[in-house]
Amino acid sequence: MGRFIVRRALFGLVVLTIISFAVFWLFFVFAPGDKAGNFCGKNCTPERLAQIRALYHLDEPWYSQYWLYVKRLVLHGDLGYSFTNQTPVRSIIFDRAPATASLALGAAVIWLSLGIPIGILAATKPRSLRDRAATIFALGGLSIPTFVLGLVMLYLFFYQLTIHGVAFFPGNGYAPLTENPWEWVKHLILPWFTLAIVSAASYSRITRGSLLEVLGEDYIRTARAKGLSERRVIYRHGLRSALTPVVTLLGIDVGTLLGGAIVTEQVFGLQGIGQTAVQAVINGDLPIIFGTVLFAAVFIVVANILVDIAYAMLDARVRLA
Amino acid sequence: MTLIAADEVAEQKGGGGKDPQPTKAIEGRAPLQLAWARLRKDKVSLACLGVIVLLVLVAIFANQLTDLIGHPPNEQYRDEGLQPNGLPVAPSSFFWLGGDEVGRDVLSRIIHGARVSLLVGVVATAFAVLIGVTIGTMAGYFGGVIDTFLSRTMDVFLSFPFLLFAISLVAVKGASLRISIFVIAFFIWANVGRIVRGQVLSIREKEYVEAARSLGASDLRIMVVDVIPNLVAPVIVYSTLLIPTAIVFEATLSFLGLGVPIPTPTWGNMIATSQSTYLQAPWYLLFPSLALFITTLAFNLLGDGLRDALDPRAARVLARK
Amino acid sequence: MTAAQPEVDHAGRDVNTQAGDVLLKVEGAKKYFPIKQGIIFQKEVARVHAVDGVDLEVRSGETLGLVGETGCGKSTLARLIAGLYPMTAGTVSFDGSDITNLSRKKMRPFRRDIQMIFQDPYGSLNPRRRVGSIIGDPFDIHGVADGAERKKRVQELMEVVGLNPEHFNRFPAEFSGGQRQRIGVARALALRPKLIICDEPVSALDVSIQAQVINLLDDLQNEFGLTYIFIAHDLSVVRHVSDRVAVMYLGKIMETGPVDDLYGLPRHPYTNALLSAVPIPDPDRADSRERIILRGDVPSPVNPPTGCPFHPRCPKAQDICVQEMPPLEPVFVDPPTHRTACHFPVPEGEDISQCTPGIDQSGTGPLVGADLSAITTGS
Repeated sequence: MGRFIVRRALFGLVVLTIISFAVFWLFFVFAPGDKAGNFCGKNCTPERLAQIRALYHLDEPWYSQYWLYVKRLVLHGDLGYSFTNQTPVRSIIFDRAPATASLALGAAVIWLSLGIPIGILAATKPRSLRDRAATIFALGGLSIPTFVLGLVMLYLFFYQLTIHGVAFFPGNGYAPLTENPWEWVKHLILPWFTLAIVSAASYSRITRGSLLEVLGEDYIRTARAKGLSERRVIYRHGLRSALTPVVTLLGIDVGTLLGGAIVTEQVFGLQGIGQTAVQAVINGDLPIIFGTVLFAAVFIVVANILVDIAYAMLDARVRLA
Repeated sequence: MTLIAADEVAEQKGGGGKDPQPTKAIEGRAPLQLAWARLRKDKVSLACLGVIVLLVLVAIFANQLTDLIGHPPNEQYRDEGLQPNGLPVAPSSFFWLGGDEVGRDVLSRIIHGARVSLLVGVVATAFAVLIGVTIGTMAGYFGGVIDTFLSRTMDVFLSFPFLLFAISLVAVKGASLRISIFVIAFFIWANVGRIVRGQVLSIREKEYVEAARSLGASDLRIMVVDVIPNLVAPVIVYSTLLIPTAIVFEATLSFLGLGVPIPTPTWGNMIATSQSTYLQAPWYLLFPSLALFITTLAFNLLGDGLRDALDPRAARVLARK
Repeated sequence: MTAAQPEVDHAGRDVNTQAGDVLLKVEGAKKYFPIKQGIIFQKEVARVHAVDGVDLEVRSGETLGLVGETGCGKSTLARLIAGLYPMTAGTVSFDGSDITNLSRKKMRPFRRDIQMIFQDPYGSLNPRRRVGSIIGDPFDIHGVADGAERKKRVQELMEVVGLNPEHFNRFPAEFSGGQRQRIGVARALALRPKLIICDEPVSALDVSIQAQVINLLDDLQNEFGLTYIFIAHDLSVVRHVSDRVAVMYLGKIMETGPVDDLYGLPRHPYTNALLSAVPIPDPDRADSRERIILRGDVPSPVNPPTGCPFHPRCPKAQDICVQEMPPLEPVFVDPPTHRTACHFPVPEGEDISQCTPGIDQSGTGPLVGADLSAITTGS
């Protein structure tokens, strides 16, 4: 197990190196025109141009630029400074991370508590009315784009309630949990449900599918044959192995979202990593783009490793070579 | 063992190879024909197929349709299409689905938006499937070092924070239809590749592949004649489910302002621009959203039906219960 | 081979007086499968000794039966001969030419002469292709016949193997197991090969269908002068079809000889154990016979036992069996065609169920262990 984790971690580092390299290559080699001018933006001053050239060693060949960037990151944890407001990228990311984390983790709790029970209900009575209802919910949820659902939520629960005098939900923004937990919940409830409904669909689908498959296995028939109650068969014997794919999906989804729930943050004006990244892309704020892409990639890589480990622990058939 | 007696018994039972009576149905039914026969009984899937065919026709004849309506998609009707206070007009006999923020016909724009959505969805999926099937087949068929290398490459692609990376790429290269298709295909092919590889790993062990090899067939011939035809069913199902993913991906890029550039109408950029006025003009949010939702839902439902039709095993799992 | 054609049968079986030329010669064949570990750089951690030094000769026109338990390497040996796996060591020569580890291109002409029939009638036919094109594959791959000519030949083949030529356009799923095996036979026959390797061609079929397929193979042998290597784990089937038999255990040949010699006077304790497990239809005789129950399971081919691979289970094992693999040679008064690889071969009349080994076999597991009857009757 230890060797497996070390090997996975090493491969994770390789992935991060490739991703950082790809982003670097994208902006420094692939992008056309004068790099310093591009990064400098519209309100460019000669001083800033010089500063950017010096900071990114733009006069040197691209590989040594990359090397210097990586060296600074590894040795000092330094991701550089934002072009637009001169703040360190690291502190911007740490500033915005709590909003993203609150959104992703809260939504995950909701979509699990929606998706898994719906999946179980559907699987225990396949082809029944409730199975059909679950299917409609799942396919509807799968088909509705996040930003559409978000805007509909805003229209119904923010705008319609507000014009009818119930100004309960704030339309946008984020309130830190540490300052005011109630405000935190009020600000996050619509984004949570938006994200959760869209995701719960695939969770109910996967739970249903894998539980149905497991319930068709011989050992379940054996469990039934020896007279266990249907409840016990499903919850003790079936669900355990049926939930393995759910764990896989959960790890990857949460990992991806922690690196920035771009669309949801954008719709609800939540100042998280995702919104910061989109702003940076629009402003051409290169250090922030680098920082957020790497930050997001770290979560995805770590999530993948955790999923593999969880998989091995849940499923006795998987042996880590 | 008394072989002669056994032989006679078998002949009497008519279990022998020689068929004494001339048979009526000599033409065998291909597995895909059987699937089509099953699909034809599935009303929901047929309806979805109808919706998709209709959408394709609308996209192809978009110009003729908007000529018929009399409102070209980019024509601004400042008098009839805007309220005196500058807000969009509601649905009426003039604009059946209302107008947008500069007085254009929402219906005409939705019709033209179907072009972009379907084009991006289908073309990006086609590229992704092409690359995914090629790489996945090679990885699964050859195994060894080739498999290790290709699988790890796919893992790297799946570890990219793809939406973030996609918008960075679009920001550097400038938004266009071509870059949207490229970006989407670039980030979904690895999913196809991984699924195909898994399938090929099991097909490779089949005796008919060994039989082909013992006849002296080349690797290329085995892949084309024996392996890829057996991938048709899962690839059809998966592509049907990838198209809506690609459509939503395109709409998301457009929504974030990084899709097909304006003034080309897309469902995504219509929804994005509706944000500024949708509290007063909800139809402007509603109709493009509905178009997007119905399209993705139709593909998802069809994919679901296709899975049942092409993989009767799923039905058998149900029957066993 | 069948009772229906006794003349041919005896002529074919009497290898001592009327042997054809040597068609296939296998010398020192070894196949080790590496077991690898690692994510990016894989290193070999162990090897499966699937075939471990096999010498074999097949004369043209005869049927060589190859028997052994599941996992003894008989199918791997078949695939080595067919050139499906590269060999770790040893040589294969066919019709006088060395075909060991030939490149794909150089192997091609020999593939026309060496064909295989596979075990699983469901797995060996691509479910997505029509029967006509499956049987026509050999013509296509070797560029022999095209278009209408190919169709004509395919239909002739279907006729020959007892299929309705009208069913040309059907899919494998529309045929029964026995009919599918006939399709496999037709495909193997297409290029008029000299040697057909039958890898358990009837194991997956019902007993009544087995007889049909065996009789078909027999008729084809007479009609086209084919040579067979017939692999099976069912001793009765092998006895019925073969002229000569080779018994394999853990990648090695333990005993080989003309079928009547080997079944009449089995010399190797392992052959004795296998034969004692064959059910006898007469209950009186069955009762009087002692069944030899072997100790433990077949050892893992990853770490095969030293010396004679059978020593951990052999009732006659002594110290020398642990140290040395005995050569495969005639024992007692056996003719040169009947060879046995054993230090302590079984003389006529000895009941080896009464023997006690001279070495400690406690590492091989409890005495209850393997009852070979399930293996040898093919159930």
